[in-house]
Amino acid sequence: MSHAFSRVIAHPVRASAILALVLCVAFVMPAIFAAAAAPAPAVDIAKFAFAPKEITIAPGTKIVWTNHDETPHTVTSNDKSFASKGLDTDDKFEHTFASEGDFTYYCTVHPFMTGVVHVHKQ
Amino acid sequence: MSTSDPGHNPARRQALSCLAAWTGAAVVWTVAGGVPRALGATSAGTPAAAAKNALTFVQISDTHIGFRKEANPDVVGSLRHAIADINGLPQAPAFVVHTGDVSHLSKPEEFGQAREVLQEIRVDRVHTIPGEHDTIDDGVTGYLKFFDHDGNGKSWYSFDQGGAHFIALNNVLNFKMGTLAALGDEQLAWVKSDLAHVSHSTPIVVLAHIPLWTVWEPWGWGTADSAQAIALLRPFGSVTVLNGHIHQVLQKVEGNISLHTAMSLAYPLPAPGQAGIGEPGPVTVPAGELGKLLGTRQISVVRGRHELALIDTPLAG
Repeated sequence: MSHAFSRVIAHPVRASAILALVLCVAFVMPAIFAAAAAPAPAVDIAKFAFAPKEITIAPGTKIVWTNHDETPHTVTSNDKSFASKGLDTDDKFEHTFASEGDFTYYCTVHPFMTGVVHVHKQ
Repeated sequence: MSTSDPGHNPARRQALSCLAAWTGAAVVWTVAGGVPRALGATSAGTPAAAAKNALTFVQISDTHIGFRKEANPDVVGSLRHAIADINGLPQAPAFVVHTGDVSHLSKPEEFGQAREVLQEIRVDRVHTIPGEHDTIDDGVTGYLKFFDHDGNGKSWYSFDQGGAHFIALNNVLNFKMGTLAALGDEQLAWVKSDLAHVSHSTPIVVLAHIPLWTVWEPWGWGTADSAQAIALLRPFGSVTVLNGHIHQVLQKVEGNISLHTAMSLAYPLPAPGQAGIGEPGPVTVPAGELGKLLGTRQISVVRGRHELALIDTPLAG
């Protein structure tokens, strides 16, 4: 009896544990892996321009800017919510956008260089 | 802003055609009688001697200390070459003006090295103004730690020498997105009050890094509120504006106001909006060509003469 009882009880427990594991692997883990593995969107600074000039991302996304010019540039938001130091050749700047909004930015050394980051839930 | 009237002053037109001929050679500025005049250059590029009663000074610009890229791996060497030329002038200049971009990245070690090397020039004083490369991270604060002209924490100032009034401006502080740089209301008000005490017959020499006229707007080669500054200068009989920033010699004349950009001592830049080049980045030229595109300018102010004399001298060639 004890044997049969344990089997009867044990099986549903195992089944639910396995189901939970399957669900986790199927739905939760990929989301975690995707967040960790997807490269941060990149914006190149080259030939005195930001490329892409406009980019749309989800909240919580990090953007990495890289200066490829021999001339220093900055990444400075118009609302002062983020600002890099002067970026020499190959220097990078990153910023994670927590909240939604449209963030225009420019290079303080060359203010004709402008870009915008659209942060929207997707 | 009115355009120049070439028929207005034949003597000036003649002087300017001489200037054009000297472009690409050494430029020596002399202020004689209220107007800076460029002294002539010999075919060998050796400037003629200035009049004895002239005030002569030298303009250098855009040394970009800290730049090490292909376009010029040795900017300190280029500056020292220029210093040797200045120290070898037959008539020692009264002083040197540096029209900005002393450093490349506004780093303290770049400012420190620049100050040290500039002290090798055998003149009483080197007057500097900041360029946008000198104000990158913290505005003008880092620059002023090394180049505070009057010790009062201001990057603009004026002084009188040799009968001329010199005004040094900072037009790299008011950068706003998508617009040209500007002098700003505070500085314009200061210019107005500074000029209130100067007689209209006194020659005025203005120093500003970015040109005080719009050379090429898509590259930021202009000053948003330059028209207001020019309006304040218009009553004066002789106004000479000396700019840097665009690393090449260009001139513009508006009545009694002449504006001149200077060569760099670091690297050449493209001509304004040059076809096939989309941006104002350093231009790498074949070996042996660089020295022809870098240089210094000597200016003379001669009493009784209306125009200052300018001689642009390349480092080589």
